[in-house]
Amino acid sequence: MTDSVRSTHTLSVLVENSPGVLARVASLFSRRAYNIDSLAVGPTEDELYSRMTIVVNVEEHGLAQVIQQLDKLINVISITELNPVSSVQRELLLVKVSTDANTRSQVLETVQLFRAKVVDVAQDAVTIEATGNAEKIQALLRVLEPYGIKELVQSGLVAMSRGLKPGSPKN
Amino acid sequence: MSTEKMTGAQALVKSLERAGVDVMFGIPGGAILPAYDPIFDSPIRHILVRHEQGAGHAATGYAQASGRVGVCIATSGPGATNLVTPIADAQMDSVPMVAITGQVSSDAIGTDAFQEADIRGITMPITKHSFLVTDPSKIAQAVAEAFHIASTGRPGAVLVDVAKDALQKMTDFNYPAKIDLKGYKPVYEAETSALRDAAALIAQSTSPVLYVGGGAIKSAAHKELLKLAEVTGAPVVTTLMARGAFPDSHPSHLGMPGMHGTVAAVTALQKSDLLITLGARFDDRVTGKLSTFAPNAKVIHADIDPAEISKNKHADVALIGDLRLTIEALIPEVKAAFKKSQPDLTAWWNQLNSWRTKFPLGYDLPSDGSLSPQYVIERLGKISGPETIFAAGVGQHQMWASQFISYENPRTWLNSGGLGTMGYAVPAAMGAKVGAPDKTVWAIDGDGCFQMTNQELVTCAINNIPIKIAIINNESLGMVRQWQTLFYNERFSNTDLHSKRIPDFAKLGEAMGCVGLSCERPEDVDSTIEKAMSINDQPVVVDFRVHRDAMVWPMVAAGASNDDIVVARSLAPVWDSQEL
Repeated sequence: MTDSVRSTHTLSVLVENSPGVLARVASLFSRRAYNIDSLAVGPTEDELYSRMTIVVNVEEHGLAQVIQQLDKLINVISITELNPVSSVQRELLLVKVSTDANTRSQVLETVQLFRAKVVDVAQDAVTIEATGNAEKIQALLRVLEPYGIKELVQSGLVAMSRGLKPGSPKN
Repeated sequence: MSTEKMTGAQALVKSLERAGVDVMFGIPGGAILPAYDPIFDSPIRHILVRHEQGAGHAATGYAQASGRVGVCIATSGPGATNLVTPIADAQMDSVPMVAITGQVSSDAIGTDAFQEADIRGITMPITKHSFLVTDPSKIAQAVAEAFHIASTGRPGAVLVDVAKDALQKMTDFNYPAKIDLKGYKPVYEAETSALRDAAALIAQSTSPVLYVGGGAIKSAAHKELLKLAEVTGAPVVTTLMARGAFPDSHPSHLGMPGMHGTVAAVTALQKSDLLITLGARFDDRVTGKLSTFAPNAKVIHADIDPAEISKNKHADVALIGDLRLTIEALIPEVKAAFKKSQPDLTAWWNQLNSWRTKFPLGYDLPSDGSLSPQYVIERLGKISGPETIFAAGVGQHQMWASQFISYENPRTWLNSGGLGTMGYAVPAAMGAKVGAPDKTVWAIDGDGCFQMTNQELVTCAINNIPIKIAIINNESLGMVRQWQTLFYNERFSNTDLHSKRIPDFAKLGEAMGCVGLSCERPEDVDSTIEKAMSINDQPVVVDFRVHRDAMVWPMVAAGASNDDIVVARSLAPVWDSQEL
């Protein structure tokens, strides 16, 4: 089982909005030695519930275990695996890039090409905000890297299925 | 429903009464103190233990003997952390337990207050669920949910941590009539199509084994299991957690599988073409090296916990549901499938019987005429009879108690299987006797285990809980010593307890209000056991001073393949060539 191929899966997990739920999920992942690439949590349209988007890196057999073990948590209401093709997946990036008089226009051009935004300008740096899927964010960073990345911060992935699909507690 | 004004503490005790609690084991302390005032007036029997660990294992013993939820109660901080071991123990063995702990006042939580410990955080990975209640109006709901969660689905341990100010404040008492948890919906009935698939596999199998685990006892499936064994004609193995789920005297029973299982049981699993897995979880102590376990077997896996399916061993057919209901529904499907074709198990039984005859369980008597531990345990089983409840500690004596006592009834064999908690036996026997007062309860304990929790004999003596303790005193941490003998060149690092010298267990028993006996000659074993059996108004401690070099056989070394089972030291079974 150890030599099978690992891959990344996005799980959309609806949980009760109550204290300690994040700790339970984190504790489960730690105890069972599952790898999390990212975890994002926030409110939903119903204040009784929160939604976690968890990106896990496991082999196929492991994914079923992750889902079953998560499902055993009393505060977890439902778990949906989101397929990248039939879902919208986004990350948010804030990145501070060194610029001077010579490079600023090139950096701004890159920002436009990636449909990103400049949110702060200083003498020697610009701060850029970008959203997109992981590939787009990575590509943007590759292009910006030569100018000098002074600081960056990234959100975890958030995702939602396309069309009217179940996933909300009301369904 | 009408509501009543009362303190949070009164609401807690009233909720426990409404949940059907008749007994709880505990010790008061600062944060839980408000609850102990209404406990004083409650019809619930509170048994004051001498250490919180004793309260926890007693709750487990009570639950395992009676099938009801066991309850323990402790204060915050050290009281609560002393419950950690029994909580982990109960959760590992799927024992329904509710642990109530006091917590410091809500305004002091997080300030490192006196006797503050984040017990909910500490126990998160070792409970089925947990609650921290800081609002008195939520106490009744939390207690009701805790009992519901602990006792349904796959049973487990649930913690209810209540802040002191929540116990002191006034509230309206309102116990919920019904519990409906959106995120907790155990499935009780297996899917019909899966039952049919299982029956089809059974109808094709020429070497099936019914691999029975603790779930058979939890779901009270023993009658249905007997029927299934008779309908299929398949051999039965019962794991350490399932001893008693199927009568040892039944001709289809091959004994216990696993690290110290019988050759017939271990080898039957290895050579089988179909494992009919019933409430068992492919624990490493059963499978040995997983990649070589039962290599030719298809797997039917019946369990109430979907997360057990394909966790360790891939299941070809999953039957998710209550085991008793699952077996009940499976029997007619098997009968229907057998009408089309019923496999001939004659060749399989010939092979099984040859393993059984060639490699029976046994032991050598010490050549110096000293007392054999296996002999003591065998006589205990014979003299005490199949209605007796046995609770074992952990180690060699536990394995011998599983091997050399014949279990005929469910809930007569209690032990710490998953966590392997030394010190389990005395408090668990105490809880079992409280849960089943009409039964004889023997704790079979090691001299090492006994010294971890024996103070609960004081509790037994004072509260009229007349249990009997057989200390299998080999003056060693025997199982560790066995491994040192086999794997560390007999370098006995820190396993010599000197317990034939200190303490004097009979005197220690007497000092704790028990009758103390001791026995070191084989010819005195029966009369000593009979004497202990004749005392029913006091706990009895018997110090059986046994030979220290006895070992548990057969054995599959940790991490080894079940194919490499050893029946005695350096003695692997000699297989007929066609068996390999």
